[in-house]
Amino acid sequence: MDFSLGAERMMLRDSLSRWLADHHDIRTRNRLAASEPGFDRGHWAALVELGVVGALFTEAEGGFGGDPFDVTTVFEVVGRALYAGPLLANLMAGRMLAGAGRTDELAAIIAGEKLAALAHFEHDGRYDPDHTATTVTAVPGGWHLRGAKTVVLNGDSADWLIVTARQSGDAWDRAGRLAFVVPADAVSRRGYPTIDGLRAAELRIDTTLPASACLGEATPLLDVALAVGTLAVSAEAVGAMEVLRDMTVEYLRTRKQFGRPIGSFQALQHRMATIYTEIEQARSAVLLAAGTNSAKALAGAKAMVGRIGQLVAEEAIQMHGGIGMTWELDAPHYAKRLIMIDHQLGDVDYHMARYIALSRAA
Amino acid sequence: MDLNYSAEEQKFRDEVRAFLAAELSPRLSHKVKNGLRLTREDMQGWHDTLNRRGWLADSWPVEWGGTGWTPVQRQIFEDESCAAGAPRIVPFGLKMLAPVLFKFGSEAQKRYYLPRILDGSDWWCQGYSEPGAGSDLASLKTRAVRDGDHYIVNGQKTWTTLGHYANKMFCLVRTSTEGKPQEGISFLLIDMDAPGITVRPIILLEGTHEVNEVFFDNVRVPVENLVGEENQGWTYAKYLLTHERTNIAGIGFSRETMAHLKVVSREIRTRDGVLADDPQFALRLARIEMELEALALTNLRLLSDPAAAAMAGPMSSMLKIKGTEIRQALDDLLRRALGPHALPFVPGALEEGYNAEPIGPSWAAPVARDYFNHRKITIFGGSNEVQRGIITKTLMGL
Repeated sequence: MDFSLGAERMMLRDSLSRWLADHHDIRTRNRLAASEPGFDRGHWAALVELGVVGALFTEAEGGFGGDPFDVTTVFEVVGRALYAGPLLANLMAGRMLAGAGRTDELAAIIAGEKLAALAHFEHDGRYDPDHTATTVTAVPGGWHLRGAKTVVLNGDSADWLIVTARQSGDAWDRAGRLAFVVPADAVSRRGYPTIDGLRAAELRIDTTLPASACLGEATPLLDVALAVGTLAVSAEAVGAMEVLRDMTVEYLRTRKQFGRPIGSFQALQHRMATIYTEIEQARSAVLLAAGTNSAKALAGAKAMVGRIGQLVAEEAIQMHGGIGMTWELDAPHYAKRLIMIDHQLGDVDYHMARYIALSRAA
Repeated sequence: MDLNYSAEEQKFRDEVRAFLAAELSPRLSHKVKNGLRLTREDMQGWHDTLNRRGWLADSWPVEWGGTGWTPVQRQIFEDESCAAGAPRIVPFGLKMLAPVLFKFGSEAQKRYYLPRILDGSDWWCQGYSEPGAGSDLASLKTRAVRDGDHYIVNGQKTWTTLGHYANKMFCLVRTSTEGKPQEGISFLLIDMDAPGITVRPIILLEGTHEVNEVFFDNVRVPVENLVGEENQGWTYAKYLLTHERTNIAGIGFSRETMAHLKVVSREIRTRDGVLADDPQFALRLARIEMELEALALTNLRLLSDPAAAAMAGPMSSMLKIKGTEIRQALDDLLRRALGPHALPFVPGALEEGYNAEPIGPSWAAPVARDYFNHRKITIFGGSNEVQRGIITKTLMGL
């Protein structure tokens, strides 16, 4: 076993950290969240230049990384900085394109020329990726898609939407679905901010596409794309947790009441010790998921960061007292992101059920 | 020992329901039930409606306009009001200042201020916490120096809820630096329109403006506005904390949310049926429900049982701890029920008159906001850590 990150990943981590520290404070981030596209396009171009997007894809795909540990390295830094740009959206959309052999489209994303977003989940499906009610029918020369997609991350700024649609079967069948590259002007979209400072969109689709738009069977592509997305947000959560923990400890050291730092009270010390311990568990769960290519380990990671992320978020707010409730402080924004990560790609309960199901199947 | 509602109590419940059906406008209950932002007029208007019925000051002495209700009747009133979507009563004048005036105020102060609380002439806010005095409230520094017929007040208060609507503040000020900090605090009534007062909004983590900072720059306050004796203010504040017990458990509000949660969890479809049947969801709900019903009885036991009065301080701490944790658990489960639709946070969606299509179910808009906003309840009003300290000190002598 080897637990070292390696020189290349450390360089990637450090250069991304440094760039974000120099250009992306929380104040800037929150200001950008208030309007379209929710991130600075100049920042995105800089990250492309740094190789951050390329690091998420393999050499065969046109990148230079693409290993699960490359993904976790990048996204842990994203979590530490609360970076709100469309990395997750382009990671998942890019994996769909990669799985379908669409090297040209993927090259445009890696080069920062185009933005893409995965538009798969729908109103009635909650977190279950098997649900698709958007329909597709073959028409002369192509396909007609009709339906609606919900909470599409960065769907409002994407040039391409990767849309899944059902050709046959029941609403919850894994089989019978196709995926498509859909240009932005072929969908109707309504963008909005999320409560944790990101952006998403509702999509209405009623459009005819050429045959070339089809990426093939959706399910095998989705399995890979959603898995890497789930790993990415889990790593993001670990990064955010550690920063929030450190902010809280700093507050406990400096805030004085009753003539002493409140961190001198044993009750609070013990609670912080629990947080330290649980964060190490979360980190290990994510490493297990990245290193074992196991669906069960991935479910375990997302379930654990969901539970532990909530613990860290709620304890951090509580221990900061009144100022933990304010917009002006950075810590509450980390707390919001941690709570809302549990609303992306499956929450604690969803992944617990999945973990149990996968254990039974083994 | 009889835990059933009596015939009279049932009749009272019917009376309350009839009142609410007649007097609570659908417009206002729609706003409350959908988490829309209430205006000053919304809140004051509901106070006026209750006052016309004589039901605003439900826990005041009858001779001052109180209803004379038993604790069970007060709980029935609270439950029915919350179920109907009535705005929550603003507590500062009615439930926090009034008891102090009854016990420690002069006749002149009672005769002047109490009717003005009822008729809405005065909107009170509370000046307790300071940036350096949170849990350690006794260390407060806002200074009041006697100058002839006035006190001159300098300093700063924070977390002043609805201070931007208030025209009056009841304020803990330091009138002496001798002896222990608690021994130099006075209870002063301050006119917010006096020269030298500045109110600045504090925006909360989910974007809401409800609390403020208030700055005092050589504010002149007449000595008649001192309640009770100088340097006895801490006693009065502590009296309030151990004797004003109504509503701190928030039972009615939590019962209404539990009912809402049950309704929506039967509407949310899942692969196998509805969310209510999901074993993990059902387990979470059951845990909260049994705690809530037990707490409701604890609340009634405390309020009804004379023997419990001796335990009022620590019992009220227990009610505050459990009441706030149950409230937060309900908010947590409601946002879990919403699933991915907890993420969208559309500006303006919580304003009256917003009519764009909702994202997700119709009840989605305030859910995540409420979850985050209510993280404050275990902090404000004496944090749950402070409450645990009270239990420890009073019940265990540790």
